[in-house]
Amino acid sequence: MTPKADIQDAQEALRRHYLAQVTHGAAHSDEMLDPDGAFRPVWDRFAAHLAGLTPDGLAARFARGDQYLRDAGVLYRQYDETLSSERQWPLSHIPVLLGEAEWQQISAGLIERADLLEYVLRDFYGANELVASGQLPGTLLSQNPAWLRPMIGAHRTGAPLLNSVSFEIGRGPDGKWWVLSDLIEAPSTAGFAIENRVATSRVFPNFFRAANVHRLAGFFQTFQDRLHALRGRDAGEIALLSPGPMNQHYAEHAYLARYMGLLLVEGDDLIVRDGQVMVRTVAGTRPVRLIWSRLPSAMLDPLELNPHSMLGTPGLVQAVRDGTLGMVNTLGAGVLETRALMAFLPKIARQRLGRGLALSNIATWWCGQDAQRDHVLSHASTMMVGPAFSTKSLMADPTTVSLGGADNADVRDQISQHLLTAGHMLVGQEAVTLSTTPVFENGAFVPRPMSIRISLGRTADGWAVMPGGYARISAGRDATALAMQQGGKVADVWVTSDAPVATPSLLSHTSDSRAPSQAILPSRAADNLFWLGRYVERSEQNMRIFRAYFARKAEEAEQEDALHDFIRVRLLQDSDPDANTIAERFSQPLGLGLQAASRISDRFSPDGMMALRSLVTSARDLAARTVPPDDIPAEVSGLLRQITGFAGLVHENMYHHDGWRFLSLGVSLERAANMSDLLAVCFDADAPLGALNLALEVGDSTVSHRARYLLWSSPASVADLLGLDPDNPRSIRYHISRAKDHIAHLPQDRADHTLSDVARRVLVAETALRTIDAAQVSPAFLAPLKHDIWAISDALTASHLV
Amino acid sequence: MMYNIRLKISHHYDQPAAYGRQLIRVLPKSIPGRQHLTTNILEISPAPYGKSESTDFFNNTVVTSVHMEPHTDLEISLKCHVSVTPAPPPSDLSPSLEALRADWQRARDLGPASPLHFLGPTARLTPDAEITAFAHYAVSPTASVTDNVIRLGEALHAAMTFDSEATTVDTDASEAFRLRRGVCQDFAHIMILGLHALGVPAGYVSGYLRTLPPEGAEKLEGVDAMHAWVKAWCGVAQGWVEYDPTNRTLIGADHIVVGYGREYNDVAPIRGRLRSSGGQSSRQAVDVAIVDQAPRS
Repeated sequence: MTPKADIQDAQEALRRHYLAQVTHGAAHSDEMLDPDGAFRPVWDRFAAHLAGLTPDGLAARFARGDQYLRDAGVLYRQYDETLSSERQWPLSHIPVLLGEAEWQQISAGLIERADLLEYVLRDFYGANELVASGQLPGTLLSQNPAWLRPMIGAHRTGAPLLNSVSFEIGRGPDGKWWVLSDLIEAPSTAGFAIENRVATSRVFPNFFRAANVHRLAGFFQTFQDRLHALRGRDAGEIALLSPGPMNQHYAEHAYLARYMGLLLVEGDDLIVRDGQVMVRTVAGTRPVRLIWSRLPSAMLDPLELNPHSMLGTPGLVQAVRDGTLGMVNTLGAGVLETRALMAFLPKIARQRLGRGLALSNIATWWCGQDAQRDHVLSHASTMMVGPAFSTKSLMADPTTVSLGGADNADVRDQISQHLLTAGHMLVGQEAVTLSTTPVFENGAFVPRPMSIRISLGRTADGWAVMPGGYARISAGRDATALAMQQGGKVADVWVTSDAPVATPSLLSHTSDSRAPSQAILPSRAADNLFWLGRYVERSEQNMRIFRAYFARKAEEAEQEDALHDFIRVRLLQDSDPDANTIAERFSQPLGLGLQAASRISDRFSPDGMMALRSLVTSARDLAARTVPPDDIPAEVSGLLRQITGFAGLVHENMYHHDGWRFLSLGVSLERAANMSDLLAVCFDADAPLGALNLALEVGDSTVSHRARYLLWSSPASVADLLGLDPDNPRSIRYHISRAKDHIAHLPQDRADHTLSDVARRVLVAETALRTIDAAQVSPAFLAPLKHDIWAISDALTASHLV
Repeated sequence: MMYNIRLKISHHYDQPAAYGRQLIRVLPKSIPGRQHLTTNILEISPAPYGKSESTDFFNNTVVTSVHMEPHTDLEISLKCHVSVTPAPPPSDLSPSLEALRADWQRARDLGPASPLHFLGPTARLTPDAEITAFAHYAVSPTASVTDNVIRLGEALHAAMTFDSEATTVDTDASEAFRLRRGVCQDFAHIMILGLHALGVPAGYVSGYLRTLPPEGAEKLEGVDAMHAWVKAWCGVAQGWVEYDPTNRTLIGADHIVVGYGREYNDVAPIRGRLRSSGGQSSRQAVDVAIVDQAPRS
């Protein structure tokens, strides 16, 4: 325990050091310190807590938060289109603190703004009175790619068009909050607010419990209730529609779906039949009633919207127009994100409310009007200029430039010229300066610019506001809003109350109406699980062959030469004998397995993903390195232990639902087919001495063989153990029987007593293995068997996976 | 005069296509005082699982067809009768190019015929410096808008060669203009871009063209498939004027309108997406014949 006086001294030292970093001169405000340099009341106790921690103590706490994020699989993808580019969530461990009273003001302002946006959106797709009355230039809609003509006139009921909106807000130098961006369509990252919160509360567990921080779970609970109310009484799924695993925010989509109990789908999972959107599952198609889309609307239907979209579902627009499908935010709501709209919203608000908005957006001028364009030109030094129709948030739009900051006069001249010739395509916005908040860098607290992202969800009683959870922190010191584009960190936001707060949790919130959507398995997800199983198994078999090859090479014994060549020619498809080339044979399928797993990360445990990722890294590492041949067997054994660990994790920890069956089927069919192939090769009349022992070694059954048979292997003993033994988890028979069992348990549409094609094929294969004598197992039996096993795989694909 | 129109579109998929959904825009419009669709039979083979008719934003007729079973061939055939009333030659009420902008800037209507929809850019039609320069060179700033539409159309017709091999349905206007070759779709797209560059609202018209010319007249280009031309907005008083740059002519009784849009994508005869991985090919055959030669009075 640090004595109280010491803490006071430490807190004062922290304050002085921090204050010295806060930019002076330029007008600007700080979250922790007031304009006089004193701690703001809401920060005072927390600052004392921070001051009482040693740098080592802080580092240990931060590590605890990071560990949580890693374990929970909280990741985001960088935009480079490869699956290996997932990054750890960039959490700044110091939360931003705001008082309840200030929060109430922000909330009221955002609710007012959300209601205004609903009004504007209804007009855009309805009567167009805003244009007719001259409050908005018609070209801001007619030239706007986000204004979707197929949806005009489609809203015949009074049901709200918006149910989920987010805003990015920032605090200006005078302490006033401004809306920087309206985030309507697929507002990214708010879903990770929960994870920010859990991680940050692990960094400061005791302080958090006592600090009366408003909890986030209640917000998601009311929003979940809202989704169920929107779905209505009809049976049908509530789906979260994602662009898929190549999207930057896929991990967040998977997380949100899991947390809210929604079915995670991609456009390709859906079809429209009889006017109804259906999801293709392993148990046939099922109706979808409500979609929470995380795609830009224009991508949702290649028939009526962007014809090049590969992410959408043909016919979806018609289903929305017909009212058979509900959308959380109506199709085309993204038009509200149009940057130029910000130039007109304040006036529209005054017209409608009789006063200005309580929380306005940053000052914006649409340069399609002469007076506004001239204003932008004459105030160039304080202006950002960007595309009028951009729907990207200010901080995510690299085409916006700061005129004041354009260091080079040529750029400024070019933009000024552009303003004169194509002003209607441009907007000017005031270059706001953001407030700063403390982050811990290189052993000290330093101020960094920040903005806050806030989500609102509609409830039966109006808008609910998520109380905090998400701030973006700039990487550098530049406090202009635009500098946020260069990335940075994310922090929790604590809205603190003077009184104890309610502590709801989604986990304790149960209702009969909530079928666990995760129990429904889309065909695409099943297909990926199946291939994950196949690829990992293929990789394991190839590792064992690789190890056997180099074990013999290392021995360099004369009599082994024939066998050595035999492995290379017959089992390694005549590969180049170089280790790196042969290693590709297992590192490549593992990479494909990881891709398959990434596509279904909502159904796969974070532990499993982590194990698989490290396995891929090790395998690629081995494939790329130059390893002395003598060391190869030991290195591969290490990999095999890792792969066995992965298999164990899957089997011991994965819930035994349909998804597990498809994964397991992939493993079994791959292993049975590969074992048939291995035995066919090793039983060949030309096979050299030692081929039988090789089969036992690759089949990991040398020890079992010794225990069960004579010391010397014979074709019959090997055929019995690796081919026909119902109890050896390496034998063909074992895996065919297991596949038969899985297939019998798969959901089926059949009502009659006949066997499905896949069930019939697996029964025929099993019967052949049960009735043949070990002495009769020859290449002539094994080679066709391999083809029969692949035919089972094809039949399964046709019946359940497409 | 009454036309008998026959259209056959054959689509072939290399891989059997399961679950297909098509939006078909081939039915002529009924336009009061200009053309009237009397009878029509639209047949789709194999017989679709579902078929329905609706109207899109630009008031074009859209037939939606759905197939659930795998198929490798899809055939759409249309037989219809359309009566067309020849319009009197327009008298020029349009302002100068310079004055036109003020005309559409005052527009506060967003209905389907509003010029505001036709200013560009669109997904396929983005400004092209060469086409812009060509358009400015072709017109006279002091002449009326209608006159300039014709000037641009004639200049384009002179500069371009009709060539059905040079471009495909996906070729963009800049590429076709660089080649100075293409079909009616390319002529129309280039002319629309040119008009946009001049500040003239302009749109895309799809339709049919009389197959055999009147006695003594030249056979028109583009009669073997569905045709396309341009509509240009020539001010509040004049309204929309249609021009066919492929045939260097204002639209008369030989042109039958199917759809109005901003560009090809808005009025494509078939928009569809199938669950199929292989390639596909398509053929079109059109015949537009006069049914009865009403005696001229």
